[in-house]
Amino acid sequence: MRVPVSWLRDYVDLPVDVPAKQIADRLTMLGLKLEALESTGAGVEGPLLIGRVESIEAEEHSNGKTVRWCSVDVGEEQPRGIVCGAANFAAGDTVVVSLPGAVLPGGFEISARRTYGHVSDGMICSSRELGLGEDSTGIIVLAPGEGEPGDDAIELLHLRDDVIEFEINPDRAYALSVRGVAREAATAYGMGFVDPAKSLSAAAPGAGYPVRVDDPTGCDVFVALEVLGLDATAPTPRWLAGRVRLAGMRPISLLVDVTNYVMLELGQPIHGYDRAALGGEIVVRRAQAGELLTTLDAVRRELDPGDLLITDDTGPIGLAGVMGGQSTEMGSRTTDVVIEAAHFDPVSIARTARRHKLPSEASRRFERGVDPTIAAAAAQRVASLLVRFGGGRIAAATVVGSPVPREAIEIRTDLPSRVSGVEISEQASVEALTTVGCVVTVNGDHIEAVPPPWRPDLSDPYDLVEEVVRIVGYDRVPSVLPVAPAGRGLTPRQRMRRGVEISLAGAGYVETLSYPFVGDHDLDAMLLEPDDGRRMSMRIANPLSDEEPLLRTTMLPGLLKTLARNAGRSQADVGLFELGCVFLPAAGERPKAPKLGVERRPTDDEIKQLEAALPEQPLHLGVVLAGQRSPAGWWGSGRFGSWADAVEACRLVARALGLELKVVAGTRSPWHPGRCAQLLVGGTLAGHAGELHPSACKAFGVPARTAAAELDLDLLMHHAAQVVQAPRFSTFPVAKEDVALVVDETVAVADVEQALRDGAGELLESLRLFDVYAGEQVGEGKKSVAYALRFRATDRTLTEVEVRAAVDSAIETAAARVGAVQRR
Amino acid sequence: MSGPNSTYDPVEVTPLHADSVASMRDEAVAAVDAAMDLDELKEVRIAHAGDRSPLSLANREIGALPPQARKEAGMRIGQARGAVKVALERRTEVLEAKQEKRMLAEETVDVTLSYDREPRGARHPLTKLVDRIDEVFVAMGWEVAEGPEVEAEWLTFDALNLGADHPARTMQDTFFLEPLDAGVVLRPHTSPVQARSMLSRTPPIYVVCPGRTYRTDELDATHTPVFNQVEGLAVDKGLTMGHLKGTLDHFAAAMFGEGISTRFRPSYFPFTEPSAEVDLVCFVCRGIEPDVRTCRTCGGEGWIEWGGCGVVNPRVLVACGVDPEVYSGFAFGMGIDRTLMVRHGVEDMRDIVEGDVRFTLGFGTEL
Repeated sequence: MRVPVSWLRDYVDLPVDVPAKQIADRLTMLGLKLEALESTGAGVEGPLLIGRVESIEAEEHSNGKTVRWCSVDVGEEQPRGIVCGAANFAAGDTVVVSLPGAVLPGGFEISARRTYGHVSDGMICSSRELGLGEDSTGIIVLAPGEGEPGDDAIELLHLRDDVIEFEINPDRAYALSVRGVAREAATAYGMGFVDPAKSLSAAAPGAGYPVRVDDPTGCDVFVALEVLGLDATAPTPRWLAGRVRLAGMRPISLLVDVTNYVMLELGQPIHGYDRAALGGEIVVRRAQAGELLTTLDAVRRELDPGDLLITDDTGPIGLAGVMGGQSTEMGSRTTDVVIEAAHFDPVSIARTARRHKLPSEASRRFERGVDPTIAAAAAQRVASLLVRFGGGRIAAATVVGSPVPREAIEIRTDLPSRVSGVEISEQASVEALTTVGCVVTVNGDHIEAVPPPWRPDLSDPYDLVEEVVRIVGYDRVPSVLPVAPAGRGLTPRQRMRRGVEISLAGAGYVETLSYPFVGDHDLDAMLLEPDDGRRMSMRIANPLSDEEPLLRTTMLPGLLKTLARNAGRSQADVGLFELGCVFLPAAGERPKAPKLGVERRPTDDEIKQLEAALPEQPLHLGVVLAGQRSPAGWWGSGRFGSWADAVEACRLVARALGLELKVVAGTRSPWHPGRCAQLLVGGTLAGHAGELHPSACKAFGVPARTAAAELDLDLLMHHAAQVVQAPRFSTFPVAKEDVALVVDETVAVADVEQALRDGAGELLESLRLFDVYAGEQVGEGKKSVAYALRFRATDRTLTEVEVRAAVDSAIETAAARVGAVQRR
Repeated sequence: MSGPNSTYDPVEVTPLHADSVASMRDEAVAAVDAAMDLDELKEVRIAHAGDRSPLSLANREIGALPPQARKEAGMRIGQARGAVKVALERRTEVLEAKQEKRMLAEETVDVTLSYDREPRGARHPLTKLVDRIDEVFVAMGWEVAEGPEVEAEWLTFDALNLGADHPARTMQDTFFLEPLDAGVVLRPHTSPVQARSMLSRTPPIYVVCPGRTYRTDELDATHTPVFNQVEGLAVDKGLTMGHLKGTLDHFAAAMFGEGISTRFRPSYFPFTEPSAEVDLVCFVCRGIEPDVRTCRTCGGEGWIEWGGCGVVNPRVLVACGVDPEVYSGFAFGMGIDRTLMVRHGVEDMRDIVEGDVRFTLGFGTEL
């Protein structure tokens, strides 16, 4: 809402010198938030005077241009000679003259200058030159009586003004009018307030244009007032058009400007109909399916049975409270108008405006709540302004319906204090509520307040409390730190999550947070088969991009796109990780969430039904890496990241949770079929890691041999040990034995290792693979795996015989299970 | 060499003569002191303290002496050998120190050589900021509550007094999931976690709820469709707006520095009444003239918009099963992304969401 300060001053006696910024700041602290402050004409300086053209000599020049050498009386002893190029004025006209020394908007300085053989002693001004708008083609000609030669044009034309733009919260609909803002400004400065609606006489109900309201719930008040014999082409008075313009609306014509002016002034949206285009009785009713209406914006709209309409014998002529229809639009030939000032159900208007994507100045006000008691006065205001500037006469008014009286809201006298923490006396509460317009009575230890008609938002006791505290001042609220009962700290899940993140960051991975939006092309790039479970995703009804309407079922597309973006910015050696939830709808039809009321807590059963409507949203971890993990340097050569880094990152995460992952070979998109590890915890599949399939690398535009991993972290955390038992270890000497085994190259080392462990028995302290060799010496299709074994007993030094027996047992078990042959 | 003797003949055993023992000793000590490195000293040790050294050889002659002379000769030789041993030890120490000094000099490296061998990693600054926020509240005894990102409409809107026709429910702000009548949305605020907290806990409740939220805003320098909020909720007996102010003042000081307090401006949120916008004193200029005029952080206002807050609307308490006659509550909510931008001078929201590693690595410290 844009409010010219000069307009505000019409209704409240603000101190003369108070800067607009201060007014705006004080209103901000009352809840009308300053959005922008604009000083129009701030740089304009006089002398800028009214002049009367005494004589004009048209002179044709050699360049083909005709200029006019004018003698202009600006209230001085002698008229001034001024050269002017425009031709839309005549001798005797009153114009605006800037004299040498004046500064016009944009810093344009006026000086006497020689041109076309004369010294032009000033300039006759156009609207554009004065910053009054772009639409005027010629210079400004004032109406008779608007000003006399020598009058200050800066004041007369309202060139200087401050405009405050407020952001109005939805509960303060009344502040979408100068009337409402002025009321708050009066409160802010403790000054009297002149309510513009109070000084108006309402249109007297009589036998005016016939109106029938078929839906009194949707429309409880409808006023129709006729003005007959208007001159629609009469100009809008300069001051009125100026205010409309400063308030952010475009002046169009007297009929439109006056309706807009009154809406801005009082907050009551007004619609005018060309009476000649109306056919019969105006009927307010709901639309019937299939009805059509072409609105003023020239859009043909199919109406919904929920839409509230203004109709006549021809059918719909307006979307009530939202936008009028084209067929009854007022134009330059209009002579008779019917002015509509009505009050509509906010919810109905809001739905229609949303349904037709048609937010208008009118709907914005109606859906927030308009004062239902001022319709007749507003109609009368419009009519009298029209008659004043456009001639004609006001005919009879039709008034249908009447506003529902407000009921009192009762609060305990101490409620404002108890809610705010500020000591607020009964008297202060009564005064505050009276200030905002309530009719207040004190009843023992209760206060009863009947809210004013322009405050539909006041409906609950706490609404009154807010008004009291707001007027008393939010700045008086003390700062008191509450003492919470002792808490339990972070949950294990929250702590584990941190631990995982810190481990990965410590291992050289950078965390990213990507959007969870994906599209089919991402799932295709992942090389997912049509029946892959990860294709079963939730779809957003109103996605930002039609390319990405789905919610992720895997972390990898987001991470790979981020990796590609980094690579595109020449950061090719990168490891990334992301923790986030994936969205996994249950197979089959998802139950719909029940529609519950709010008058009571839902039952546990109802809460379960709400939960059942939601998808599974487990926390997943994704890791991707490309390029070198370690660069070449003076220390030697570098090392490229590989499938093994991806697997190791998962092992690292598992260790951070006190878990060991079991790794077995697997296949899954988008991994390389020969370089994909399945990761199991407690026998359950927890994720995959390995090198990406070359096609997936290409599809995502990431470097070749990019590696990736994805883990179900919730599953891992579910298995995590809550309390780790301290390790026990022996201090007796260790016995070390190395064992080299030859196995088929298809045998997984994890199986060899398990066999050795099982065979070696409990004397085995640790086992480490230190070499894998394939080549001539071990034969085709074979590989040699070499392990360092360490043995130790908890209670004695082991004998050579004991160690030998354990090693032999290990080798025998490996031979039996995986066909291992000891290499000598 | 003489064999064991039964007859005393001092003339025949000259090596045991006092003068010759002294000269052997002096010769040995001189040789020890003359050794210039440990290798030379090793040779000296063999020549003068080894099995075939003059003193060792003389020692063997003691047996040839008559018994009454052996003691004295033994002492004499023993003392001489002791002196040589002491000299050797002293010299060893000196030469070892010398050798170590030389070795250390030779092993000098250029410690300015870079060693960027291990990859650098980092958690995202938003994650770390959330940790920081959690810690502030956990230290006060609050708990950190969480909830799902795909959420039931009832918990997201209805329970929070956002009726069916509230503007925030329209498609303009919130992502709805298909089918539309399933009543499921991507949560546009973390407030459903407040509802969940009230439904699953009994007062007193003090929870802070950080989390990811979604709104249908296109990504630009100041907007992102996926952002992070932190909300707080306290429900207890006798809570007032004053307690809300106290909590936010403490929070502001913890996040932005001692002395940074907050200001309330009347505002509107369906779930709170009274409601307020909360501004914090600009932590750069602190609103003090004349610095405030040129302050880029607050744009000359002296205040920075931080979030919304208020007293929990009794309607919300009722819908979540809390008796408003017994308990009252307060709630607040801030954008974590915005807090990060303000606190760390991030100029473009896209830097936070795009995942450029240079951005995140630049925050490699504790926030």
